[in-house]
Amino acid sequence: MSKMEIRLAGSGGQGVILATIILAEAAIIAGKNTAQSQSYGPEARGGMCKAEVIVSDEVIGFTKVTHPTFLLALTQASLDKFGLGVDEDCIVMADSSLEIPAGLKAKKVYSLPILETAKTEVGKAFTANIVAVAAINEALKLVSVSDLEEAVFRHIPKGTEEINRKALYAGEKLAKAI
Amino acid sequence: MKNKVLMQGNEACVEGAIKAGMRFYAGYPITPSTEIAEQSAVRLPQVGGHFIQMEDEIASMAAIIGASAVGTKSMTATSGPGFSLKQENIGYACMTEIPCVIVDVQRAGPSTGLPTSPSQSDVMQARWGTHGDHSIIAISPSSVSECYHLAIRAFNLAEKYRTPVIFLMDEIVGHLREGIEIDDEEEVDIIERKMKVCPEKLHLPYHVWEGEDVPRFHLTGYDIRYNITGLAHGEDGFPTNNNEVAGKLVTRLMQKIEHNVDDIVQVEEKYCDDAETIVVCYGGTARSVMSAVDELRAKGKKVGYFRPITVWPFPEKQLLALSKKVKNIIVAEHNYGQILLEVQRIVKDCKIGFVGKVDGTVITPSEIVKAVEEVK
Repeated sequence: MSKMEIRLAGSGGQGVILATIILAEAAIIAGKNTAQSQSYGPEARGGMCKAEVIVSDEVIGFTKVTHPTFLLALTQASLDKFGLGVDEDCIVMADSSLEIPAGLKAKKVYSLPILETAKTEVGKAFTANIVAVAAINEALKLVSVSDLEEAVFRHIPKGTEEINRKALYAGEKLAKAI
Repeated sequence: MKNKVLMQGNEACVEGAIKAGMRFYAGYPITPSTEIAEQSAVRLPQVGGHFIQMEDEIASMAAIIGASAVGTKSMTATSGPGFSLKQENIGYACMTEIPCVIVDVQRAGPSTGLPTSPSQSDVMQARWGTHGDHSIIAISPSSVSECYHLAIRAFNLAEKYRTPVIFLMDEIVGHLREGIEIDDEEEVDIIERKMKVCPEKLHLPYHVWEGEDVPRFHLTGYDIRYNITGLAHGEDGFPTNNNEVAGKLVTRLMQKIEHNVDDIVQVEEKYCDDAETIVVCYGGTARSVMSAVDELRAKGKKVGYFRPITVWPFPEKQLLALSKKVKNIIVAEHNYGQILLEVQRIVKDCKIGFVGKVDGTVITPSEIVKAVEEVK
């Protein structure tokens, strides 16, 4: 596997940092090298939030994403900000509630109902990040489904396994349909 | 058994500290160091230690000095604004020779600055932040693994030299998560401060044995009473205005570090043997440099890097030797040029360049590559 530079962007509180931590955890479980970091403002909720994870078979020097090979955007502001800057070999995944900005040049653009699926199909809006994690993993074939589930279970409160398993399944299904 | 786990730099620092024997933490949380307080609060009770959230940074610093004075390995963590507040008591720990570890996860300043953004602008504060001539040790990790292993070393050096040690992290490594192999069963070298053996010179708490640089310790509050003061003091620990005694004390405080730089200083050099240009970097910045240097080597550029792991005392001898072999030195750091001053002081034979940032963004490998390629 070549180096994957994954960037997730959204609004503070949507769980994009946790989503990258789970992807990094999954990479470790699968025996790969990883570096996860984030940038956010001083506010706890509502500010724009960017989180990144690099997954590679090689040793990782620079720990930040410079040329994302994958971008997930969960808000219009984050899609507008980060989407227009991507290279042509980048895969972009955006929530289907967002308008894809004209001029976005990417290898592929997937528009998936991540937020809606979390709310209606899984039944809890806050599982959107887990839905996204499963969709990303399915689209990029990062790790096995069981490694991903193990990674999720290491980072969720006890007693929430069932709903998170449901979210994982829903996210995988979303990406399988593309 | 070795186990590879995902861990954050801040968390790894706590795990290393506990491995080294840290059993007391007092602090006042501040971004980007807060996870160190959080993790200490969780972990210390599990190992029979204590965690206190103090009313402020000044009190935190005082608390860890007190805990160490009664023999408990102690640590506090903060960022720039809190580091400023701790300085007076750091000087007290220097003067009274009470071992402790102060973690500064640097963020962009001055003042409260950019709380969540990376910086390395406390390097000189780590050296000279507290008033008066004093020696200090500062260690700067570049990876999560180093946050663990060098935290152990920070405690060891604090104990060995009876000095505060600054664990100079930055937001880049503090908030970075990556894989780290930790072996719970692993035997690591743990250094404990040398203790006085009863009843040798118990009445002279600052007496230094022939051939030693550091007074042996006697736990405060046990067996006999003795005095600890930030005022100049003689062997008996009591204040004095005697100029000869005061001069001898400050000289010894400087020399106990200066005379042992070979034991204290650690550096990493890569691709330096045939290099024409080397990049001097430390802490989180080194990660950008590592990528840049690999990229440049692939293009056939003769470039390497020199990384002080121990920032203070600065690895003067090593840099000087290297400067005799290379033509150009570029200093890369997230500030306006602090280690640059040190490099300019030491290096006389090379052209010196600089890549710095003070806007809260990270120096990218491409910026290093550009600086190296522009060298004439």
